[in-house]
Amino acid sequence: MGLKSWDRQRRERQARLDAAAPLAQGKIVPTARVSALLRALIRPGDRLCLEGDNQKQADFLADALAALDPAEIHDLHIVQSGVVLQAHLDLFERGLARKLDFSYSGPQSAAIARALDAGKIELGAVHTYIELFARYFMDLTPNVALIAAVQADHEGNLYTGPNTEDTPTIVEATAFKSGIVVAQVNKLVDKLPRVDIPGSMVDFVIEADRPFYVEPLFTRDPAAITEVQILMAMMALKGIYAPYGVRRLNHGIGFPTAAIELILPTYGEALGLRGKIATHFALNPHPTLIPAIESGWVEQVHCFGSEVGMDQYMSARPDIFFLGQDGTLRSNRLMCQTAGLYACDMFIGSTLQIDLAGNSSTFTNGRIAGFGGAPNMGADARGRRHASPAWMQAGQEAAGEAGSLVRGRKLVVQMVETFGEKLVPRFVEELDSVRMARDLKLDLAPVMIYGDDVTHIVTEEGIANLLLCRSTEEREQAIRGVAGFTPIGRGRDRAVVERLRARKVIQRPEDLGISPLDATRQLLAARSVQDLVACSGGLYRPPAKFRNW
Amino acid sequence: MEQFQIRIEPARPASGGRRLASLGVNASGNLELLVERSLPPGEAVFDIATAATGFRDLWEAVISDLCARLPVGGLHFSINDGGARPDVVGLRLMQGAALMEQPA
Repeated sequence: MGLKSWDRQRRERQARLDAAAPLAQGKIVPTARVSALLRALIRPGDRLCLEGDNQKQADFLADALAALDPAEIHDLHIVQSGVVLQAHLDLFERGLARKLDFSYSGPQSAAIARALDAGKIELGAVHTYIELFARYFMDLTPNVALIAAVQADHEGNLYTGPNTEDTPTIVEATAFKSGIVVAQVNKLVDKLPRVDIPGSMVDFVIEADRPFYVEPLFTRDPAAITEVQILMAMMALKGIYAPYGVRRLNHGIGFPTAAIELILPTYGEALGLRGKIATHFALNPHPTLIPAIESGWVEQVHCFGSEVGMDQYMSARPDIFFLGQDGTLRSNRLMCQTAGLYACDMFIGSTLQIDLAGNSSTFTNGRIAGFGGAPNMGADARGRRHASPAWMQAGQEAAGEAGSLVRGRKLVVQMVETFGEKLVPRFVEELDSVRMARDLKLDLAPVMIYGDDVTHIVTEEGIANLLLCRSTEEREQAIRGVAGFTPIGRGRDRAVVERLRARKVIQRPEDLGISPLDATRQLLAARSVQDLVACSGGLYRPPAKFRNW
Repeated sequence: MEQFQIRIEPARPASGGRRLASLGVNASGNLELLVERSLPPGEAVFDIATAATGFRDLWEAVISDLCARLPVGGLHFSINDGGARPDVVGLRLMQGAALMEQPA
């Protein structure tokens, strides 16, 4: 006894800081010394978070890291929510990194699958955001975090701007466990608009040679919304939002939910639902929500991140959004995901594949897309202890006659057009991800939303309410009964499906009093990005790729 | 490009009084539909010209489902298809049938 030291991590950290100190003036490191800084601070085998959020990317630091010599830096364990940039893949292709734990990989989904197949990546797990963040505080605490902010002052205080996203969580986990935090910033200034990250948690600041990249992920052009999606949106409003009285919710990023947002002020208004549904959102600032906000539908919105072009609009709507005293949005992915888990009564979003048990996944052949927040938003929170009408009604439907003590249920709604591109059926016997898990020998098949969490499936053919199904067989027929003309849909037992329809387990547009003639683009409160700009009074500034006027 | 005709005996004759309806556009992923009240009430005919070949089986399934659900007896449907998915086909056919239910 007495020989055990308790500050090995702190001494390790100090040694690295000492090695980097000659490169810096206080906390500030000149742009040109980025490689030397990273070489002084990073060791082989480190757990490293290279901030890649859903939107904001520490791309300057990523490029510098990916260009280092793998003979010197290798076997890194990358723990970050988004694997989005080419540089993120280069870390593995070039042999700097070996293991990966992540959440989302949209644009790199095919490249990750190839790298996994070629043995360049050892895959830990594909998490939902809040789960990866939780592990930052348990067994995946970063040794080094390379983060991105808009501005820093000379004390290392950071202003993240509207895309705060994951930064507070990454920094919290790293800085308080003897890790090292390096921030790339767009600009060094004397005074910040507000402090998002205190300088005492930041070791080095480096001015990037360009502003960090932000991916516009949540802009859906109303011009691309189809009549089929509008029909599905009408069914969702009349068949789910209205009867459950859903006020607190999260929307996915697909076109069907964009259609819902755009028919709130028209169809929703005609149904007399304003103030009764869709008043509180855990949501990225979707431009397609502007008409509903402007017409007084929405009371408040808390955001995971921001969206390119929406900043001025949000700054002008402080009653709706969460803003700093400086007047710009403060987003926070961990907080918003927590709101989605415990304080939302419904998640409604699209999926790419769904099986006969209702399991769904966005992993399709050769693509490891990750799930982002969907597994969290689309899961019942078993720890929830506050009642709401929507939650209680869903719980009672699930319980049926059974039991006197009924817990509520979160509504988890999947919107699926029965066929995808090139007439590929979205309803399948077996998810591609299950086969992929077998081929790649993964411990766990990557399922986005488990069937036992799904409460409703909406297709162009109708709504299946899985809460009302009383057996596995009923559930399967309820799913077949809305699967349209896919092989799964055509394999239905017509008599059973008609009986389910009589019990309102399945509801068709005609059962809901919806005329197909009303499913036209005239119903959209905005029919183009230009309409959204006009609706915002010119405050919404869409990125160039969405401007065609 | 493929052309074929499907003749069917629908469950119910068309109600309403409209003689003619047209809707949709012949564009990629969409279709153009002309509906005429020109047949005996016990039959319906679908003339299909489609950009996508090899899907006759699927057309027959979509049309027989429509004829079981909606009153379309006596109607003649002419379809110019630009490769629409079955969900779009189904919606257009439902819209065509709903238009014919309107008074003359």
